[in-house]
Amino acid sequence: MADPMKIRAQIKGDVVEIKVLMGHAMETGQRKDAAGAVVPAHFIQNMKVEVAGKLVIDGQIGTSVSRNPVFGFKVKGPKAGDKVVVNWVDSKGDKRTDEAAIS
Amino acid sequence: METNLTRRNVLRSAGNTGVLSALIAAGVLKPTFAYAAEWNKAAFEAKDTAGALKGVGAGAAADSKDLIVKAPDIAENGAVVPVDVISNIPNTTSISILVEKNPSPLSAHFDFANGALPDVAVRLKLSQTSLVKAVAKADGKFFTAQKEIKVTVGGCGG
Repeated sequence: MADPMKIRAQIKGDVVEIKVLMGHAMETGQRKDAAGAVVPAHFIQNMKVEVAGKLVIDGQIGTSVSRNPVFGFKVKGPKAGDKVVVNWVDSKGDKRTDEAAIS
Repeated sequence: METNLTRRNVLRSAGNTGVLSALIAAGVLKPTFAYAAEWNKAAFEAKDTAGALKGVGAGAAADSKDLIVKAPDIAENGAVVPVDVISNIPNTTSISILVEKNPSPLSAHFDFANGALPDVAVRLKLSQTSLVKAVAKADGKFFTAQKEIKVTVGGCGG
């Protein structure tokens, strides 16, 4: 199982700013290790963000996203205390779901 | 011998031509995970910008001043380049981000729903100095904006 995500959701006026940090190597399949062998590609492909049970962000990402990806999103409408759920699935089928409450 | 008609080969050849997504849409192949949008293999594995744009369906996109790509002019470290894309185009439903000079240009694609604002922040890898292009979809039309980010190699910061 991959490392837990760090999720921060802060309300500012009527907009919630959601920041997500995912712990993932995001290997491109182009890098070589010290022995000169190609490190196989292994990266997050799909991610979703739900707020209060509703899908708000449906994302697909590729190998150009940095190692340990950080994303920022803005959502209008939710209230403090609403639950933010983020999940991802990578190219090997590993997945991770974490949640946080809006503060 | 018909042995090359294995599932893997069928899937591989289907994926290359985009037939795979059509099969999924038609319900012939069920995705193992219930994502609204399956990973767009054809677009993400495209080796040039034109192919990636075609993959996301944005063959003909107009430049727009209402789409903003916020990024540093010079990135000392190409491994982590913060890029913000903000769309002020009404009814923006999705944003794609491409790094033109990367081996696979399409970096990320986001669909927005239920109050999500078309305002995303990501961190990208840039293999070299490149244009970073954003494509927004609004009311079925595509709009683009771009910004060049210089990547300095080595420690001289010049």
